[in-house]
Amino acid sequence: MQALYAQLLVGLINGSFYALLSLGLAVIFGMLNIINFAHGALYMMGAFVAYFLLNLGGVNYWWALLLAPIIVGIFGMILERTMLQWLTGLDHLYGLLLTFGIALIVQGVFQNYFGSSGLPYAIPDQLKGGMNLGFMFLPVYRGWVVIFSLVVCLATWFLIEKTRLGAYLRAATENPTLVRAFGINVPRMITLTYGLGVGLAALAGVLSAPINQVRPLMGADLIIVVFAVVVIGGMGSIMGSIITGFALGVIEGLTKYFYPEASNTVVFVLMVVVLLVKPTGLTGRAA
Amino acid sequence: MKKSIASLLLGTALAVTSAGAAFAQDKTVKIGALSDQSGLYADLGGPGSTLAAQMAVEDSGLAAKGWKIDIISGDHQNKPDIGTAIARQWFDVDKVDIIVDVPNSGVALAVNNVVKEKNGVYINSGAATSDLTNAQCSPNTVHWTYDTYMLAHTTGQALVKAGGDSWFFLTADYAFGAALERDTTAVITANGGKVVGGVKHPLNTPDFSSFLLQAQASKAKIIGLANAGGDTTNTIKQAAEFGIVKGGQKLAALLLFLTDIKAIGLETAQGLNFTETFYWDMNDQTRAFSKRFASKMKNSAPPTMVQAGVYAGVRHYLKALDALGGNPHDGIKVVEKMKSMPTEDDLFGKGEIEPNGRTIHNAYLFEVKKPAESKGPWDFYKLIGTVPGDQAFTPLSESKCALLKK
Repeated sequence: MQALYAQLLVGLINGSFYALLSLGLAVIFGMLNIINFAHGALYMMGAFVAYFLLNLGGVNYWWALLLAPIIVGIFGMILERTMLQWLTGLDHLYGLLLTFGIALIVQGVFQNYFGSSGLPYAIPDQLKGGMNLGFMFLPVYRGWVVIFSLVVCLATWFLIEKTRLGAYLRAATENPTLVRAFGINVPRMITLTYGLGVGLAALAGVLSAPINQVRPLMGADLIIVVFAVVVIGGMGSIMGSIITGFALGVIEGLTKYFYPEASNTVVFVLMVVVLLVKPTGLTGRAA
Repeated sequence: MKKSIASLLLGTALAVTSAGAAFAQDKTVKIGALSDQSGLYADLGGPGSTLAAQMAVEDSGLAAKGWKIDIISGDHQNKPDIGTAIARQWFDVDKVDIIVDVPNSGVALAVNNVVKEKNGVYINSGAATSDLTNAQCSPNTVHWTYDTYMLAHTTGQALVKAGGDSWFFLTADYAFGAALERDTTAVITANGGKVVGGVKHPLNTPDFSSFLLQAQASKAKIIGLANAGGDTTNTIKQAAEFGIVKGGQKLAALLLFLTDIKAIGLETAQGLNFTETFYWDMNDQTRAFSKRFASKMKNSAPPTMVQAGVYAGVRHYLKALDALGGNPHDGIKVVEKMKSMPTEDDLFGKGEIEPNGRTIHNAYLFEVKKPAESKGPWDFYKLIGTVPGDQAFTPLSESKCALLKK
């Protein structure tokens, strides 16, 4: 039984990454109608930016948590302005192919210069060590990841669903012409939203840098699972993607305990089941 | 009429001479470097292995003797079906003579069958499974560098003898992990130890915390890592996070490469014991080669033992072709010639290829240096012991290779 508690907690940790990443995807899909396949590559860039900040600029982890999302977010906004905005109103497939291509190029460039095995990034001193919870030894850093990502997820949900700015955003996706008539700069808002989604991915990247290797393919390995999370949660649903992210992390963690061989397929099995029973996802509305 | 008879004679004469030339001294060779070019094993093999093959061709000096040697490379993406498809295309369409490298035991065993079927030459350096020269040995195959039997009988044996008599395995769930766990378990039980449990994890797992917690709960003295590349680096890094080593359990990284140590960082990796058959900083020859190699690599990395094995293997192959005086395009014949000649090169020293295709050379036990002991960006290893080749690799008496029962 004790072992089970430990597995639940470990599942929550992985779930935090799924939640942060699928949240960014949901925001982008909900507001821009773009299936952002470049999300994994941008997550990877977040981790690399943190690495460069530390090793070239001497900027520590805490500043990287703030700066990396901004830097990668700006990169994302440039992508949106120069490429993605031309796809407005076209079929989803175009956005998917474009972002997939961008992901391959970004990963290829990083792989060319840094190889595939990755670079080390140490856990910040303040978060080293661990606590004995009785049923398990919890590294402080992992606890920090769960709490921090939960706070970020809820703040994002609040921003979009409960504030005036969020209301503008949601209105702009429903009827851009009408919102523009009220004097709101809709294209700029869309660009900023993409930047926000991308920034969330980069933030997840910084968080994962001390746990996993900082390597060019870290995002490619994760993004497929995250897409499954988004599909299960319902495309474009903010709360749905947060809850599903954490829940699937737990389910995956339990699978690792009871039947480890299936741990990287269990999410997809669930996806198939959900799609068969409720094609719009658990919390999704019909498109 | 006269004119046509003359031209007919001339034509026949030309045909005879050119056919004779093709038979006696066809000096064209095509080498295919098949590897994981972009995934978790790309740094230990990948583009570096292709470079090693190129350097072997340049250093062989055969171009000056009129040989024309081409190298092509392919990405098997760690998938046996893709690996065999490339191998078939190379033999059938591109007329490749020899396939080198091929990390990932699953892919390596699949390609082994294709090479045998097409009567090509196969010098495997990247894969670990000892089955390549044991149950699934082939007259077309030479296995260079290392294998699971060697890893089990060096690192594994040393740990059991030092008192590590109870083991828990974290095993990559495919041919390689299974072979390494099997060979190491044999050593553990033979030396009076026991295996108390294990987990099989999927290849390329980003998070090992669940598995590490299970290993921790098992109370085994040694946690054996029967995995490789990115999987091993993630396990070691996360084991440090969960305080596994501080809690008194010891990690046995059965297979570690130079690039893995770089990825983990000395701070976390220091003190790990493991075995390799090549390290760039062994002697003047290895240092000279590694300097040339690193200057041609994008990230200035010195060669791993897998890449060194590709170099040495191709050198030996070309020596055999030179001795034959031309390329017979007959895999079995070339491999027989390779086995009949002792191996000697700057990287692995003197050795030999046994009848089952296993290359025998020394294996070295290393310890990862402390950060303070490291003097350069790739100065990672301290030599703590040398195991002679005949003790490190499968003795012929234990081998189940069908080639030995003649």
